[in-house]
Amino acid sequence: MKNMKPEAGGFFQRVRQWHPPAFAPGYKSTVMRAPQKAPIAFPQTPSEITGPVFGREMLGELDNDLTVNYAKSGESAIGPRIIVYGRILDENTRPVPNVLVEFWQANAGGRYRHKKDGYLAPLDPNFGGCGRAITDEDGNYWFRTIQPGAYPWPNGINDWRPAHIHFSVFGHGFVQRLITQMYFEGDPMIWQCPIVRTIPDTEAIEGLIAALDMDSTVPMDARAYKFDIVLRGRRSTMFENKLEGN
Amino acid sequence: MAQTLTRLKETASQTGGPYVHIGMTPNVCDINGIYPEDLGVHMVNEKTRGERITVEMRIFDGTGSIIKDALIEVWQADTDGLYNSPSEPRGKADPNFTGWGRQASDMETGVFTFETIKPGRVPFTDGRLQAPHISLWIVARGINIGLQTRMYFGDEEEANAEDPVLTRLEHQKRVPTLVAPRNGNTYTFDIHLQGDQETVFFDV
Ligand SMILES: [Fe+3]
Repeated sequence: MKNMKPEAGGFFQRVRQWHPPAFAPGYKSTVMRAPQKAPIAFPQTPSEITGPVFGREMLGELDNDLTVNYAKSGESAIGPRIIVYGRILDENTRPVPNVLVEFWQANAGGRYRHKKDGYLAPLDPNFGGCGRAITDEDGNYWFRTIQPGAYPWPNGINDWRPAHIHFSVFGHGFVQRLITQMYFEGDPMIWQCPIVRTIPDTEAIEGLIAALDMDSTVPMDARAYKFDIVLRGRRSTMFENKLEGN
Repeated sequence: MAQTLTRLKETASQTGGPYVHIGMTPNVCDINGIYPEDLGVHMVNEKTRGERITVEMRIFDGTGSIIKDALIEVWQADTDGLYNSPSEPRGKADPNFTGWGRQASDMETGVFTFETIKPGRVPFTDGRLQAPHISLWIVARGINIGLQTRMYFGDEEEANAEDPVLTRLEHQKRVPTLVAPRNGNTYTFDIHLQGDQETVFFDV
């Protein structure tokens, strides 16, 4: 790797206005859960700049294949088969290697395997709904799954979530920690969704929409969607102690 | 026009939703057989150095009700104040301590339980020592961007009184929202999302 020395710089300040505000009454669950006082800033210390890493040896062989990781032997989940792939980058456009990416989703009918999900779409006995991967040296990850269905949820009387996959991403520092959701190109439901609409900026929403990539499909098997995720960038330390810069 | 800074914008955050546990602690919600065990449930082993403690946390919403569908991750230094991380420039941390934990709450009581050790002190940016603390990241339905806060230790009065983060809070009345009282080997940390006792959350 180019930069063998530990990266010790802090991260760029988070642009809070780019993210959804804590209090967003169109998404009713935020009303009683949003802190009402301003979050307080302080300079990043080793507690913020460091973070856990996970070794590839912890991964099971099927961890990044949701079509089979919960299925009975020889069977697979029902639904349109897709590959989701992309890179984890930082705001400096550098890849973020060796970080854990976790994903979870509803089945093809829009039903989660969770006792609190009472949607009438049936469970798929061969679909659990979670998977994980660790990025390679260039920040790449990929997994195979089925396209999740849209589902109704109790917010307004007729609110539906667009088809989506939830993502949890680690960086190299604990304050890079991020949870987000991936949507699918061309889905008209995206723009009606109260959760999507907590995000103030259209460009920020577009950053959550994966592109259909017919050049990366597996012929006669699965279509592909590309979804890159950007984590906070590290401040350069080159002016302070001559560490190799960004 | 000036040259362009070739920077990207951070991907926008979205709530983890009501089923955050499916993705992050699947065994807790009876999705068994995909991962042998949930990540982050064990922070210590028999060889971990330092004082063994239990930390019990609860999260209250604006109505004073305990939230039972959240997930908490913790990140802390080892007994010498070192982090088990490649980004730790100051030395090698205890290899028998992960420093990182992840828990769902008990579905009935809403209590999050972390079996860990008391962390050592970590320097602030100017070299002064911070009081021992645990960093938290909280996600749930209704939380649009993960909440960052810290837990300090109730029996560290002296260190807390000189802690560079605690002492810089403008409203000193709010400091107790970050301090967990000790009872035996157990610390209890109540997190309030709203109200008079709203926990101090950080923008770091
Ligand atoms: Fe969802």
